[in-house]
Amino acid sequence: MQVPARFEYERANSVPHALALLERHGPESRVIAGGHSLIPMMKLRLARPEVLIDINGLAELSALGVEGDALLVGALVRHAELLADPEVGRYFPIFHDAERVIADPVVRNRGTVGGSLCQADPSEDLSAAFAAVRATALVQGPGGVREVPIRDFHRGPYETAVEPGELLTGLRVPIRPGAGSAYEKVERRAGDWPVAAAGSLLRLGDGVIAEAGIGLTAVGAEHFAAPEAEAYLVGRAPGAAAFAEAGRIAAAHCNPRADQRGPAAYKRHLAGELVRRVLTRAAARAGSPEGEE
Amino acid sequence: MTVQITVTVNGQPYTRDVEPRLLLVHFVRDELALTGTHWGCDTSNCGACVVHLDGTPVKSCTVLAVMCDGQQVTTVEGLERGGELDAVQKGFAECHGLQCGFCTPGMMLTARWLLDRDPDPDEGRIREAISGQLCRCTGYENIVRSVRWAARQEAGRRGADQGRADRGGADRGGADHGGAGRATGEGTHEGTRA
Repeated sequence: MQVPARFEYERANSVPHALALLERHGPESRVIAGGHSLIPMMKLRLARPEVLIDINGLAELSALGVEGDALLVGALVRHAELLADPEVGRYFPIFHDAERVIADPVVRNRGTVGGSLCQADPSEDLSAAFAAVRATALVQGPGGVREVPIRDFHRGPYETAVEPGELLTGLRVPIRPGAGSAYEKVERRAGDWPVAAAGSLLRLGDGVIAEAGIGLTAVGAEHFAAPEAEAYLVGRAPGAAAFAEAGRIAAAHCNPRADQRGPAAYKRHLAGELVRRVLTRAAARAGSPEGEE
Repeated sequence: MTVQITVTVNGQPYTRDVEPRLLLVHFVRDELALTGTHWGCDTSNCGACVVHLDGTPVKSCTVLAVMCDGQQVTTVEGLERGGELDAVQKGFAECHGLQCGFCTPGMMLTARWLLDRDPDPDEGRIREAISGQLCRCTGYENIVRSVRWAARQEAGRRGADQGRADRGGADRGGADHGGAGRATGEGTHEGTRA
């Protein structure tokens, strides 16, 4: 039987209360939301917090929708909510593509966006999707809210810019009218972590690519991004040759490791091919006001 | 450290002092003796432990009981109403939706949730809904048929209710006759929806 080691439990009733609890209990305390990363880690003794601070009651972290010229995704938004939201699909189909292949429907009912990002697993899907769209993470501490570009958020495997005493409260994604986006993943079986996955966002203007965002996961891409391939694309005409070359560049710059999901050469091949595919789909979606499909 | 929690399970409130590390699956099985919820892989993979938490299926091996204070839980024991089995339960009985039965409670709870949101799911929708649940007998074909059977039966019942409303209660309308599911298989459109 797998059960976590003993810990104490606190239920936060507001963001300031959660921050006060984090301060009182110090670095051996952990925030718990959906628990679908942390509880398995605790069962395996890979995490052994002394205190859990439950933020599930903080409705202010469940906001999801357009605010001004950005999409705001609260940290406590469940995967299933992100997948079900029509505005998310209209402006950022990449998130619907990704959520369809994250875990399974029952896990998606419980797991949260913020929890996935804070777990910072090097194979996590949303990390690549948010990297592709260049989101901003909103991190709140005793001194107020810090805005952290998502590509500075992940410091390494299982390590983020959220300092002790701070809380990820949400993500903001600037809406680019007419942009297209897409996500694609290769997995061994339904609901598994990716062998490799890629996401992209493309904004076109005057017949050329005005903005390119490429996210990669499970292939050792630094900050879940492919900046060299992005730089190659900007200013070029969209098309099969450019997308294939961008895939080749992204594959050359990532650093996959062999594991039970496959050898490094296979993952590198997937990185290039998936980048090519998501660029093609993002370009097809770009310019269509409804975005999705 | 223990924490007092009150959780309403199948409509009945239970107050218990629990250790924070107690998982919801063990709370319902060991504290409440509701052993219909099965405890399987312990890693949120197999779905044998699925219960509804505030109306939504969750894997109870990966939820702490203490986090459910003040919330509603429905287990497989709560599917029947007034001694009558839910249409999903009847479907599993009619269509041989179980062999060993280990995955069945979780499968039925997810199926109930699916039908509440999508009363006429095709085979693809059903398979997607249960994609986080493993049948170790690999009896997925009959599980899909069972859910389709339940969908048809409920469509027939809705049709019958509509028929009674339209015709002053004189007609059974398009009420379905159970065994059709076994003959026609899943994913068909039998026209039982009035």
